Amino acid sequence: MPREFTPKVVTANALLEGDVVYLTEDDRWTRDLRDAELLTDEADATLRLLGAEAQQHVVVGAYLADMTAGAQGPEPTHFREDFRRTGPSNYSHGKQSAR
Amino acid sequence: MYQYTDFDAAYVARRNAEFRAQVERRINGALTEDEFKPLRLMNGLYLQLHAYMLRVAVPYGTLSSRQMRRLALIAERWDKGYGHFTTRQNIQFNWPRLRDVPDILEALAEVEMHSIQTSGNTIRNVTADHFAAAAADEVADPRPVAELIRQWSTDHPEFQFLPRKFKLAVTGSPNDRAVTAAHDIGLRIIERDGERGYCVIVGGGLGRTPMIGKVLTDFLPEPDLLPYIEAIVSVWNTIGRRDNKFKSRIKITVHEHGIDEIRALVEERFKHIRPTFTGVDQEMLAAIRGQFAPPPLRGGPIDRYAAARADDPVFRAWADTNLTAHRDPGHAIVTISLKAQGETPGDASAAQMRVMADLAERYGYDELRVSHEQNIVLPHVHKSDLPALHAALREAGLATANIGLISDIIACPGMDYCALATARSIPIAQQIATRFDALKLEHEIGPLKIKISGCINACGHHHVGHIGILGLDRAGVENYQITLGGDHREDARLGDRTGRGFAADELIPAIERIVHAYLALRDGPEETFFAAYQRVGMAPFKAALYDAEARAHAAE
Repeated sequence: MPREFTPKVVTANALLEGDVVYLTEDDRWTRDLRDAELLTDEADATLRLLGAEAQQHVVVGAYLADMTAGAQGPEPTHFREDFRRTGPSNYSHGKQSAR
Repeated sequence: MYQYTDFDAAYVARRNAEFRAQVERRINGALTEDEFKPLRLMNGLYLQLHAYMLRVAVPYGTLSSRQMRRLALIAERWDKGYGHFTTRQNIQFNWPRLRDVPDILEALAEVEMHSIQTSGNTIRNVTADHFAAAAADEVADPRPVAELIRQWSTDHPEFQFLPRKFKLAVTGSPNDRAVTAAHDIGLRIIERDGERGYCVIVGGGLGRTPMIGKVLTDFLPEPDLLPYIEAIVSVWNTIGRRDNKFKSRIKITVHEHGIDEIRALVEERFKHIRPTFTGVDQEMLAAIRGQFAPPPLRGGPIDRYAAARADDPVFRAWADTNLTAHRDPGHAIVTISLKAQGETPGDASAAQMRVMADLAERYGYDELRVSHEQNIVLPHVHKSDLPALHAALREAGLATANIGLISDIIACPGMDYCALATARSIPIAQQIATRFDALKLEHEIGPLKIKISGCINACGHHHVGHIGILGLDRAGVENYQITLGGDHREDARLGDRTGRGFAADELIPAIERIVHAYLALRDGPEETFFAAYQRVGMAPFKAALYDAEARAHAAE
């Protein structure tokens, strides 16, 4: 049996601001992980990443990040992605300050 | 202090104009990220976890008050009101926007600062003893030669495609405060039979494969310095490993070939290069030295200092930890702690930067230093000014009396900011500092250096910490390895690993067990943690760390 595919989102940093962005279902880049498209199919995820990588004028360093489906949208499975969607722990800067 | 020549100013201006155009071309799509990345790195611009980060060089850690004020202005205008001083004597701004970076670089150039060669496979900012020209134990000021090396290495045509980055540090004191043994080249200025020269150490470095540098020559005559280090970099540039990033630093080259073979190759290369140095470099060095002439130190009574010591216990506690002997008995070297318990090691707000700049201007002959231990130093303060200085520092939250103590922690930015990190460092430093402050044990413990890195690249110097902490990702959880008995001074030593690592919530109790074990076994308050470790070794600490838990397991 093939290995089960861990759901993913396409994420990157914005070219101008450098902050973390996620790809939405309707091809926008959002600052909020909850609005990101959760990709549950491997072939689809690869395709979506290719599309994101082509958007060099908007984002930098696109990649697929592991997520699970949460009540309010994708939820990180790894602490690094948890920090990326939040901001640093020593000051209320980054995404947490915008909330 | 060194003042830019017309050449320096024109060079930096040209580079800034060039980078401005490169940023523009990146934004309008003419450059891809693959094309742009090496260009931005050459100018100190990283893309980190949450934002861009701009690393600004503070050559050999020396700043004027005007430059410090400019850093404050940049923090306020283009960042989030603070900056982070690093173990490389640089300052990093954590939140610049790409479009603003050319303006930031221009603002820096106006005060003779830049970000050139703070990243990439280049010869990086040359670091030096933060007590240079002030320390009582100094043979010579290391900064003129550091400046000479900066000029020689900037855009050096032979060294634009090095196998990897290359770092030099210089000390002019036998008591090494510049960690020279952990650099690609470490230089120690020495005197032999009345002649000045250098002990040249090569192949040190921390990171994935930590190495203490080896002595390449124990006495290099002063005029031979540039051709000799050019020979070293040249040999490494030729035989250094480019096939494997993890084996590309000169420490691996020295390890693989052996110091004797490297020495022979360097001597051979040196023979070719030496005649091409006709003495211009020595003329330049002499001119640079003139610019580092020490300030005319004032005289005057110091009774005010003695009186404050006698009357004010808070001042006395601060003076005991944060002052170092100056070569002039009427003066002191002041270390301003950027390690208030619970704060981020190395961070200073724009307001604090301005206070430090004002105080340097008023009491410190207009000079500040950034130490690799992430504190700020006022190298020359007349002792009679110390009480007033201390009062002003207190008002700004800068009078923490903890230099060299357990809360004076080096911590890299870790996964709170850094894209390479595998775990966080800052919260660990904050928790250790607040915990021992709450226990009121800090002064009883005495001198103890804790150094924390959030990944194996070891920006936090954990290998040479008396207690080193390395943050790793173990199966998706932050996990911290501990090393003991490292040391960063002239007889540098790498710490020994205690054993299995600790989860974040187990780590602070583990550090407490180590410290309590030390307090129980030391020969008295005079025996420091490091001395005690050298005497007793790992065993008692290992027992303190792991035995209780082994017993708990056995009882289950």
